[in-house]
Amino acid sequence: MGNSQTTPGIVAGRLPADRIQENFDDLHPAYAPHEAAVAADRCYFCHDAPCMTACPTSIDIPLFIRQIATGTPEAAARTILNQNILGGMCARVCPTETLCEEVCVREVAEGKPVEIGRLQRYATDTLMDAGKHPFTRAAPTGKSVAVVGAGPAGLSCAHRLAMLGHDVVIYEARPKAGGLNEFGIAAYKAPNGFATAEVEWLLQIGGITIQEGQALGDQITLSGLKESHDAVFLSIGLSGVNALRAEGEDREGVEDAVSFIAELRQTSDLTTLPVGRNVVVIGGGMTAVDAAVQSKLLGAENVTIAYRRGQEAMGASRYEQDLAAQNGVRLMFNVQPVAVHGNGRAVEIELEYTTDTGSGLTGTGETFRLPADQVFKAIGQTLGDTPEGITLEGRKIAVNDTGRTSLDGVWAGGDCASGGDDLTVTAVAEGRDAAMDIHATLVG
Amino acid sequence: MADLTTEFLGIKSPNPFWLASAPPTDKEYNVRRAFEAGWGGVVWKTLGAEGPPVVNVNGPRYGAIYGADRRLLGLNNIELITDRPLQTNLDEITRVKKDYPDRAIIVSIMVPCEEEAWKDILPRVEATGADGIELNFGCPHGMAERGMGSAVGQVPEYITMVTEWCKKYYSKPVIVKLTPNITDIRKPAQAAFKGNADAVSLINTINSITSVDLDLLAPQPTIDGKGTHGGYCGPAVKPIALNMVAEIARDPETHGKPISAIGGITTWRDAAEFMVMGAGNVQVCTAAMTYGFKIVQEMISGLSQWMDEKGYASTSEFVGAGVPNVTDWQYLNLNYITKARIDQDACIKCGRCYAACEDTSHQAISMSADRVFEVQDDECVACNLCVDVCPVENCITMIELQPGEIDKRTQKVVQPEYANWTTHPNNPAAQAAE
Repeated sequence: MGNSQTTPGIVAGRLPADRIQENFDDLHPAYAPHEAAVAADRCYFCHDAPCMTACPTSIDIPLFIRQIATGTPEAAARTILNQNILGGMCARVCPTETLCEEVCVREVAEGKPVEIGRLQRYATDTLMDAGKHPFTRAAPTGKSVAVVGAGPAGLSCAHRLAMLGHDVVIYEARPKAGGLNEFGIAAYKAPNGFATAEVEWLLQIGGITIQEGQALGDQITLSGLKESHDAVFLSIGLSGVNALRAEGEDREGVEDAVSFIAELRQTSDLTTLPVGRNVVVIGGGMTAVDAAVQSKLLGAENVTIAYRRGQEAMGASRYEQDLAAQNGVRLMFNVQPVAVHGNGRAVEIELEYTTDTGSGLTGTGETFRLPADQVFKAIGQTLGDTPEGITLEGRKIAVNDTGRTSLDGVWAGGDCASGGDDLTVTAVAEGRDAAMDIHATLVG
Repeated sequence: MADLTTEFLGIKSPNPFWLASAPPTDKEYNVRRAFEAGWGGVVWKTLGAEGPPVVNVNGPRYGAIYGADRRLLGLNNIELITDRPLQTNLDEITRVKKDYPDRAIIVSIMVPCEEEAWKDILPRVEATGADGIELNFGCPHGMAERGMGSAVGQVPEYITMVTEWCKKYYSKPVIVKLTPNITDIRKPAQAAFKGNADAVSLINTINSITSVDLDLLAPQPTIDGKGTHGGYCGPAVKPIALNMVAEIARDPETHGKPISAIGGITTWRDAAEFMVMGAGNVQVCTAAMTYGFKIVQEMISGLSQWMDEKGYASTSEFVGAGVPNVTDWQYLNLNYITKARIDQDACIKCGRCYAACEDTSHQAISMSADRVFEVQDDECVACNLCVDVCPVENCITMIELQPGEIDKRTQKVVQPEYANWTTHPNNPAAQAAE
């Protein structure tokens, strides 16, 4: 061993184990009961509350906060989970600063919102820590639904359908359920195996079977599923990654940010996970920030996010940008990659300044180089193979308000479907709403 | 989920939460919305006799007491009974009751203290199909000056007389609403039941001036430079109401009689406390006026959760369950001895317990140079003030001394048996234990 932050190349163990442990601890520690009471007391119980409107799953936020304030966090959890079965994960990963907390009247008035996300976590943790599942299954309907993909949309859809009495089989390509909750998202947002525990807790409703290692187009086909089930819900996410279109992008050390994050999330001992001394992340979204911050927390000496547009266009919220900056990540704007240099493996990245001409982004011709032994591509994901016979809208599966696709008996939701932001909470809402429509169709 | 269905005087409602007679129940529009929001019943805002309706002031009607973050702790009002025509109210009540047969509708009434006045209005109220009436003997402002409201409620003989008239001219349950602006709440309650009232409801509002404008040197709410006393309500009055409900519940003359509790009920917990103290249901006003009708959802979910946790299947299982635990001071066990204990890990070293004890109590807490606060058992009388002023919940607790232990303050061994003031040697009127 003996590696440090300045060890050249891509190596593991740049920081001592206790530092890494500390670095990947909960980003926002859980509230103690007194803290929760004080935080809840700040809520004004607004009429037709802006926070509730801003929530993609329309959680009755004033009600659940009042239930916390009156000493019944379990009732608060029921209020949350009734609308959003993954309320525990959303409490951790939702960009509340651009959703509920952004429109909180106290944010508008005082610049200090009620901490809705942390309160939601307090409520859901209280219920889940007691091992309680608050819902019971309706009498069996005899109908069977296939859900493809065990991410947030699929799990949400499956739970709602199971609760309504349908039998659900979830087909998951990976060896483990959870989707981006399990394989994406920065580790410090959901530590201690929360994603895995949440899936187990969700399955307590009964009536859901998960079959792992079943990828659409390989082990299973859409026509086959349509034949063996009464309805199909596609929540297959985005498995493709956009290309960098820069010279030398095939050099060793150039990787997809999502793969790096997935590997990190599945590594039990983070001192064994290699990371570069000089890391450059290309992109401007949440994935870019997650990859950059975690590289820094693993012990990379220099981490830079290189984004081709200005700061205001960045997909990651200002809060996420600040988080990156606090962790020592350098944010560069209006730069785009032109080449990765090195003899077989990456050593430097060449970036070019950009300017917005009004009719598009162009390079200014001025370039510079940064040391880079690891380059992460975080420039967006795309739908993998289009399922047979499905119509697309843009580069995603075309759906209506309730998730219906162009094919009879096939619904879709989550990142793979058109409409809505690519957020966990949006995926949960889409899965839930599709389930209600599937239910109405099957029993109607 | 526990079943919150409550039967009060034979009137069923899906939950024990009724809206009290007040502005929220003034008209059909509000009441329909209240029922849609989940309220179990309403007491319709007080109707007056036929004729030109009362008029209200056209300046502010409410005054308030706030916490630092403008949390509304107490509200007072100088609004009168309904200022809409009697027939309009009666028509609306008829329509709403027809559309919501599963909800309770009680009609509050206040007419002059003459038999004819009651004889006139009661058949018209009965014709609405409402489930019962509530006699407003409590309103402390405006109407009292005209010989109604609390002017009746403060004279037990009048209460009995009017209640008897109501029982004579009206066939459904009669609830008498009591004013707290009286020395002994048991007397009007006894008078109501003497007149064959089916239940009492309490408390109405308390005479109050919430604040004084120090520029105008006038009470608030101020109307053209003057103010008047109004009726105080909201969270601040709850302890007063709780005691009055308990007093009636444990009075041998009225024990077991139905009570509908009113007074600062804001959360499920407040409701549960009143019901444990003997109330068959509760009436809410200020909480709805502060937060809107939706507040009932928290009351429903909270009470239901508490009942599930305690294993109560129905509200009747805990109504009055705490009444036997309300007693007179003289019967409290003098051999029950406790001492304060400070959890040093939880202590944040603010020193409030020390200031309170050293300056105003029994000098039973010591303070070291490095701000460690400890209870001195030889001085501690277990007054609980340190617990009450400590900002950290459960940091200071009262620990019971076990029989056989020595109370360091008195140097006496703690005795196992119950002993109260009635037999204490220092009591000149003490009777021998035998």
